[in-house]
Amino acid sequence: MDRRSLLLRMELRSNPETLCVVRGALGQLAERLGFSESECRAVVLGVDEALTNIIRHAYAGQPEQPIEVWFHRIQVPSRGAGIEALEIILLDQGKKLDEAKLSGRALEDVRPGGLGLHFIRETMDEVEFSHTDGRNQLRLVKILPAQKPPAGS
Amino acid sequence: MQISARHLDKMTVFDISGDIDLSTSPELRKPLLHELRELRTPRVILNLRAVRYIDSSGVASLVEGLKASRDVGSRFILFGLNTTVREVLQLSKLVRIFEICENEEQAVAP
Repeated sequence: MDRRSLLLRMELRSNPETLCVVRGALGQLAERLGFSESECRAVVLGVDEALTNIIRHAYAGQPEQPIEVWFHRIQVPSRGAGIEALEIILLDQGKKLDEAKLSGRALEDVRPGGLGLHFIRETMDEVEFSHTDGRNQLRLVKILPAQKPPAGS
Repeated sequence: MQISARHLDKMTVFDISGDIDLSTSPELRKPLLHELRELRTPRVILNLRAVRYIDSSGVASLVEGLKASRDVGSRFILFGLNTTVREVLQLSKLVRIFEICENEEQAVAP
């Protein structure tokens, strides 16, 4: 049984002006998947920050560089069963991510910048970075509503 | 994003609307820093009621404004935070560092 179905695929350029278009489409996709208004905003923020990081850091602000975004509905294992989730994979061909920077920074250190990664981690259930064949891959997973185990369990 | 300024007695209110993101945050940052660093306006107030979206670069611009205000001894006040803006500021864990008012009347009060 195929446990991964493609919902949407986007081919973008590293132009900050495309971010609002992605947010609009993603907000509607998240709503169709049954996320609450607050969760829709969280999904949109997480993906927007991931794209912002690619544009600013992987491509150092260079426009017209390629970014692919894949959205799948998947099943992830949980206590021997499968639960439904939205998987988002972002691919770019920019500078390899500096793993030392992936840990983020202490938020008590009040200064501009460095918040994007924190927002990604806070808004998603899984965040995985990898680098293969000259491409950065960021995999984000957000479990669909009514699938999450009760808090504290 | 749109931004406009109202100059009152020893204070300026910026009315901001739309999305504050990577592409638009410089349009917020520039007039804010000018108002604080160059004009040294004693009280700078941001009306965020019509802000539809804010990301980390927008929050970073607000933090820069706050720091500039501290450098010159001005007050830097936010008001009209809707659910979207409040959620992002809370997520940033920086919400406590800002002076936040419920409405403009409070923000301009002596």
